[in-house]
Amino acid sequence: MVDITPGPVDAVPPAEVPEVELYHPHSWWTKYVFSQDAKVIAIQYSGTAMAIGLVALVLSWLMRLQLGFPGTFDFITPEAYYQFITMHGMIMVIYLLTALFLGGFGNYLIPLMVGARDMVFPYVNMLSYWIYLLAVLVLVASFFAPGGPTGAGWTLYPPQAILSGTPGGQDWGIILMLVSLILFIIGFTMGGLNYVVTVLQGRTRGMTLMRLPLTVWGIFTATVMALLAFPALFVACVMMLFDRVLGTSFFMPALVEMGEQLSYGGGSPILFQHLFWFFGHPEVYIVALPAFGIVSDLISTHARKNIFGYRMMVWAIVAIGALSFVVWAHHMYVSGMHPYFGFFFATTTLIIAIPTAIKVYNWVLTLWRGDIHLTIPMLFALAFIVTFVNGGLTGLFLGNVVVDVPLSDTMFVVAHFHMVMGVAPILVIFGAIYHWYPKITGRMLNEVMGQFHFWVTFVGAYAIFFPMHYVGLVGVPRRYPEIGDTAFIPDSVHDLNAFITIAALIVGFAQMVFLFNLFWSLKFGREAGGNPWRATTLEWQTSETPPAHGNFGKELPVVYRWAYDYNVPGANEDFLAQNDPGAAKAAQPA
Amino acid sequence: MSVILVFLLVIIGIAGWWLVQQGVMSKPWLEHGPRGALQDVEDPVIPTEKIGLAVFLAVVGALFALFASAYFMRMELPDWQALPILRLLWLNTGILVLSSVALQCAVIAARQGQMDTLRLALVTGGITALAFLAGQLVAWRQLSAEGNFLTANPANSFFYLLTGMHGLHILGGLLALTRTTIRAWSSASPERLRLGTELCAMYWHFLLFVWLALFVLLAGWAADFIEICRRVLT
Repeated sequence: MVDITPGPVDAVPPAEVPEVELYHPHSWWTKYVFSQDAKVIAIQYSGTAMAIGLVALVLSWLMRLQLGFPGTFDFITPEAYYQFITMHGMIMVIYLLTALFLGGFGNYLIPLMVGARDMVFPYVNMLSYWIYLLAVLVLVASFFAPGGPTGAGWTLYPPQAILSGTPGGQDWGIILMLVSLILFIIGFTMGGLNYVVTVLQGRTRGMTLMRLPLTVWGIFTATVMALLAFPALFVACVMMLFDRVLGTSFFMPALVEMGEQLSYGGGSPILFQHLFWFFGHPEVYIVALPAFGIVSDLISTHARKNIFGYRMMVWAIVAIGALSFVVWAHHMYVSGMHPYFGFFFATTTLIIAIPTAIKVYNWVLTLWRGDIHLTIPMLFALAFIVTFVNGGLTGLFLGNVVVDVPLSDTMFVVAHFHMVMGVAPILVIFGAIYHWYPKITGRMLNEVMGQFHFWVTFVGAYAIFFPMHYVGLVGVPRRYPEIGDTAFIPDSVHDLNAFITIAALIVGFAQMVFLFNLFWSLKFGREAGGNPWRATTLEWQTSETPPAHGNFGKELPVVYRWAYDYNVPGANEDFLAQNDPGAAKAAQPA
Repeated sequence: MSVILVFLLVIIGIAGWWLVQQGVMSKPWLEHGPRGALQDVEDPVIPTEKIGLAVFLAVVGALFALFASAYFMRMELPDWQALPILRLLWLNTGILVLSSVALQCAVIAARQGQMDTLRLALVTGGITALAFLAGQLVAWRQLSAEGNFLTANPANSFFYLLTGMHGLHILGGLLALTRTTIRAWSSASPERLRLGTELCAMYWHFLLFVWLALFVLLAGWAADFIEICRRVLT
């Protein structure tokens, strides 16, 4: 490859970028607890998210036990089952996936990857974590409140969400849920401002927008979307809180409950659905875009090949981000709408498949004739592509009104969104943890445990969710704690349900191996060195591993090239780091 | 949901323009060297704090646009009874305009380095903002004295909710303004003081704009306007 534009104009400009004032901690508390260092905040975010994620995992076991072996467990009453599904969904979507991708990976990777010393507003960043923790604690508190947590379903549809028939509806459950969400959104906005403005303003010299690794592009775009979408949830939560606590009728129609006329009247539950899904659909991509970005980097690094169609990848990320705001009503086909609206939303939904498909093709073409190293991060990345395609294809079914109407509220939908938005992003999270753990701790994760974890998780996830598609197709509705003996449901469904439950238990236990590996490798893992994957991006070029406070040594790196210079013809090594001036440059007289 | 969609369209327009400026059409795999295709990274012209505030204001804008969307959708239902416009609201609007003007004066004073004028303008801005909040509280009292309680009608609910939300944002702004004002007395660097003043003014102008939009919305003119537009179009 010709190294173009090496002229005197392009010599490193002598003027230094003005150093950002960096906050230096003075005590143990400000260093490890109330830390303003994005890397510490990232670990705090990730730890909290994984801890609350474990709660959600246990809840999913309980649900599966009930579905697989109905009537065996006395303590799982229908009310408890509703509470389990609600909390499982809410925790997974918001408190685990959103927090882990943006709060965890965003905090750790953005400053390192763009070549900054820290986030631009470190104090606000710290507050963001503590408010997130508060939100999680409020959520956990609802388990201990009288009446237990809310059982309204993760969509919290009114009017049932705040009526006495729903667990927690007239108790503390729904109030704590709404307060927790409001806190989460406030905390997230604080963090989100940091992620966005750091990408805008904190990039080091030479790091143009089009030299950003796709991971940063994914997290950046997802954060912008989240900043615009979460206000919709905020509005919905505040108005529902008013309805529940102060007795307004924003969402509540006139109702008779237990033979008694309630004081509500005239409100519109559909209004809530619009607000909720205006947040809810972008949320899918808020989780997916960081995954897309990370997986692009994993594939390129572990296949030792530049990413195919970098520009297309960036455009696709931005296009998906913009389009995802005009598809929300496809969640509301069965709520009833003007046929033209249905047509419009079905069309936009299917259009999103185009940029998404571009991304999938580009991943596959990056792999094509690459030097594929089947490391554990790569295994997870490959598993993601397969799973995302599988989950995405059923999305094409459900995007069409005529197909959606009979399938809506069946287990088919559950299987679809678990594949596309549950399993797929979580596979990326695992891949990313195996990939960046050496940078975070200085040690590799144990390979044998990693292989075990990967294969059980990957095969197990399919054992859980493939049969679930069939269960949904024969008509088993979702949200039912037990189906009983119904004429249209064959016996095979009961056997399948038991099978799914056993698979879910096994996959769940495999995650314990993963958690054990995280702690075990901290002490006994193989020393990783600074750049074990021989990757190009800036976080691997730090002088210390794990990166010290301030990320880079005395001087910030200068970026000379994009993030994907693998196997460049004529280069000495099979990769050129982003801050590597390159052979042509080195040959130049200084 | 049309209000929020229009708002998003504006945001997408700005973002698209910015992306093109930043060279999303460039081919990074061909461009080596410390600068790349563009020289945007060097000497950032706009201070980071201002960018941060602008992004935050976009979020606040989305929030109020969503409230407005909800307002319009709820309004179409049959139990809606429009609220009479209190005269007091005109007065409050005037006070908030004054507050914004005062902060604009503060910005000019800070740029020229006139400390006395700056201090006076900052304090005036703060006091008028407090007066606005007090005026809004009196408006609430007047409404409830007339029997227009929160739950009596969705229009009332929205009035209390929207004015309350706006008031909370003013209150948050007052915290920042207090810090800047204290800084104007202590011997802080003039650079930081000027930046702080500019940020406060920016926030104030935005909240004034939001209030004007809300006022138009709550008074029912927005609905009339849309009705006229609809008739013209069909």
